[in-house]
Amino acid sequence: MSAGINTHGVWAIYRFEMARSLRTIWQSVATPVITTSLYFVVFGGAIGSRINTVGGVGYGSFIVPGLIMLSLLTQSISNASIGIYFPKFTGTVFELLSAPVTAMEMVAGFVGAAATKSIVLGLLILATSALFVPLHVAHPLAMIAFLVLTSVTFSLFGFIIGIWANGFEQLSVVPALLVTPLTFLGGAFYSIDMLPQPWRTISLFNPVVYLISGFRWSFFDKGDVSIGLSLGVTAGFMAACLVAIAAIFRTGWRLKN
Amino acid sequence: MQPILSVRGVSKTYASGHRALDPVDLDIAKGEIFALLGPNGAGKTTLISIICGIVTPSTGTITVMGHDAIHDFRAARSVIGLVPQELSVDMFETVLASVRYSRRLFGKPGHDSYIEQVLRDLSLWDKRNARIRELSGGMKRRVLIAKALSHEPDVLFLDEPTAGVDVALRRDMWKLVHRLRQKGTTIILTTHYIEEAEEMADRVGVIDKGRIVLIEEKTELMKKLGKRQMLISLQEPMAATPADLADWHLTLEDEGHILRYVFDAQAEHTGIPSLLRKLTELGIGFKDLETSKSSLEDIFVDLVERKEQAA
Repeated sequence: MSAGINTHGVWAIYRFEMARSLRTIWQSVATPVITTSLYFVVFGGAIGSRINTVGGVGYGSFIVPGLIMLSLLTQSISNASIGIYFPKFTGTVFELLSAPVTAMEMVAGFVGAAATKSIVLGLLILATSALFVPLHVAHPLAMIAFLVLTSVTFSLFGFIIGIWANGFEQLSVVPALLVTPLTFLGGAFYSIDMLPQPWRTISLFNPVVYLISGFRWSFFDKGDVSIGLSLGVTAGFMAACLVAIAAIFRTGWRLKN
Repeated sequence: MQPILSVRGVSKTYASGHRALDPVDLDIAKGEIFALLGPNGAGKTTLISIICGIVTPSTGTITVMGHDAIHDFRAARSVIGLVPQELSVDMFETVLASVRYSRRLFGKPGHDSYIEQVLRDLSLWDKRNARIRELSGGMKRRVLIAKALSHEPDVLFLDEPTAGVDVALRRDMWKLVHRLRQKGTTIILTTHYIEEAEEMADRVGVIDKGRIVLIEEKTELMKKLGKRQMLISLQEPMAATPADLADWHLTLEDEGHILRYVFDAQAEHTGIPSLLRKLTELGIGFKDLETSKSSLEDIFVDLVERKEQAA
């Protein structure tokens, strides 16, 4: 063990989690590619042909950031939540709890792996999209930064859900009943400028609006809200998740009796 | 000598109000094999889980090789290996990957020759590339032991190591324990098979209903509490023990064919010669005599029963 960090332990968890996904690699790759293609056929082809441009951007291109966010949020949550829930379910969590691994090292391993998968997934959807519509990324560095920040944040959120869940059905409750609706209503397929009042104002209470807006800004140099606000909301949510995880490990909630 | 593991006032009360463990004090010396004996639900697993960091104690402190198990948990846990009672293994991993994972998790870099030795010792080397779900229950337990030994622990906990295990594995397990002891590993095992404690342990602790009832050297315990008994096979069955034999507190068994006499092996006068004289005097014929030493099991049942009567 070097300098107070159990690097071997973090690496072991990270590799274990990555190996778990590699076992289902074809499913992991095929699903986003097929889903993205379907969205383009339906929204880009059938519906998009009736909407010309949104703020000067072709509709097909316009929905790309929202599409990536939609998968990124749900997949980050489901990857990270299964990652920690499964050992709890099978009982193998005893080994993690009895190992000389700090809470933050455990988080680094699990959340690092889940976020890695999400980032790869995001890039995969981006590449698939490029086959259907013309794409130009205005701020590539900001785009990557948003991709990483969102993946990490929602993997942290998923990790909390995995610890909280007492059954498999609870794992899918939050993504299905909260995150997916918020994403659809958060402007994945439209600009909130297109909404009539009061829906436009109400939408500003949806945190996902800020994620999609910021991500879209990195592509087209314009978003629904300012980029600073987008970053602030995302970073704030990440900080909240970290605080919650620290509290969970301090009290042993749902992990230790 | 400073104990390798020291438990002071450790207790556990669950949120439901259920008290699983009364305050426990326990010292384990380096290199000894300690058996924690008790019926199901007595608190054996709770105590082990607290020491290993899986359950948070309500009160008390634990020191492992001088490291506080809570404040300096990294140092404390690094030297502990745990084989749990449940067969909790990752079904989709291979044996080798799973054992390597455990070693790294405990902060040690890969050391394939050591892992190979552990797998060979446990007859798992041929199965190293098999997925764990393909293995039998006994093999899965061997994998759990290999995982616990993967980081070369100084203290090994075996929670019910032979529950539901076949004879071959049980023998292997005993051999393994003896081998580990020669290497200086301290072993704490829980069991409700007395035979196991008798076979392996240096010291025995008996726990019942969350309380440690006694801790004693095994040989001392056997000597101190050891009773001997004599079975007298009668030629003619009896309906009741004759009043003249009341002094010996005999019990009649096997439909009056056997008289059982229990006596203290340490006592100066065992009462055997006088009993035999009396039998002859009364003209009671017997065809066989058999004496035996009580096992740890008898002692244990006796202890628990006595405690229940006292309560």
